[in-house]
Amino acid sequence: MKTRHKRIALIVGGLVILGVVVALVLNAFQSNLVFFFSPTQVAAGEAPRGKSFRVGGLVKAGSIVRESDGVTLRFVMTDMEKEMTVAYKGILPDLFREGKGAVAQGKLADDGIFVASEVLAKHDENYMPPEAAKALGDASDRAAATQAAEQAAAKTLKP
Amino acid sequence: MSNRVINWFKFASPQAFYPLAGKMIPWFWALAAVFGLAGLYLGFLVAPTDAQQGEGYRIIFLHVPASWLSMFIYLVMAFWAGLGLAFNFRLSAMMATALAPTGALFAFLSLWTGALWGKPMWGTWWVWDARLTSELILLFLYVGFIALQSAIDDARRADRAGAILALVGVVNVPIIYFSVKWWNTLHQGSSVSLTKSPSMATTMLWGMLLCALACWMYAIAVALMRVRTIILERERHTDWVRAELIGKE
Repeated sequence: MKTRHKRIALIVGGLVILGVVVALVLNAFQSNLVFFFSPTQVAAGEAPRGKSFRVGGLVKAGSIVRESDGVTLRFVMTDMEKEMTVAYKGILPDLFREGKGAVAQGKLADDGIFVASEVLAKHDENYMPPEAAKALGDASDRAAATQAAEQAAAKTLKP
Repeated sequence: MSNRVINWFKFASPQAFYPLAGKMIPWFWALAAVFGLAGLYLGFLVAPTDAQQGEGYRIIFLHVPASWLSMFIYLVMAFWAGLGLAFNFRLSAMMATALAPTGALFAFLSLWTGALWGKPMWGTWWVWDARLTSELILLFLYVGFIALQSAIDDARRADRAGAILALVGVVNVPIIYFSVKWWNTLHQGSSVSLTKSPSMATTMLWGMLLCALACWMYAIAVALMRVRTIILERERHTDWVRAELIGKE
């Protein structure tokens, strides 16, 4: 074996070992690298108890309520399976909207309400002009209406 | 026919590459200017307002190209460094050294524009999510590479030490790229990828791609300029460099 071949073999071998090590380490740290938990994970008890953590999901449409003190907000965070109520006192980012993604940091209170100290907005990777967004929204509304009509028709057809 | 085939290995010698690089630099500057103007025109004057983020999204025309280039330059740098380590090619080690500052610049720009973008949209300058943290590590890898190489006086030993660091750091690049897929992150997923059609309006996408091309051409131009100074510095004991420098005076 020439010195050069030996050196190449060493480099390639070193890189392969390094890759395996990193893969194993990342696998072991899987749970620690998670930025937020979903309401389903929280319901399953995967989130740390008594410690601060983050919850991420969609802000349920029509769920944002301002409490009587005028500053505390309550809204429902959902991942389409489980839901949890979040209470937050503070300034919300511009992109925080009903039906859009958000990440809240805070603690789970004993009554099951998540008391947030910080709320961040999480937006998606789609970029489009407002007209296109409106067209998409209309199309999904139409699709939902057609589906509902079909279901209704199927029900009436059944004996 | 046979004498029309270019002998690429000829340009592996610093002496042959020096004038070639000098000839290529103005062309890459020109391409960078053309792509840059076209990209900025499309991005700021033609591309529509975004439905969610309004005009604020337009920082994407710098943020995404800078992020792509920071990762791509690292791969190229590690490739040249590895080639230099394996075959003792002097020029490829010099190329790796020349690329590092530009890569660091793009990694910094990516983080900085990301912070400026994150504050109004997410509500925070910085979060320790997997995407942001791994990009910060990339910046540290560039800075570490530069620091390590300048800490060692002997150029050949500096090349070898830097090459090992560069190769070890390569694992970070796929981690940055796939972080938004592997873990829950605040950063959204990729809008443009090889596996699915881009989730952007066409003019936005073209503006972004042209800006990325402009950054790429700029990176090549400055890396070539830097490698020419490195060649002169390291080959200063040779006759051709002496002749070159005397010819300029």
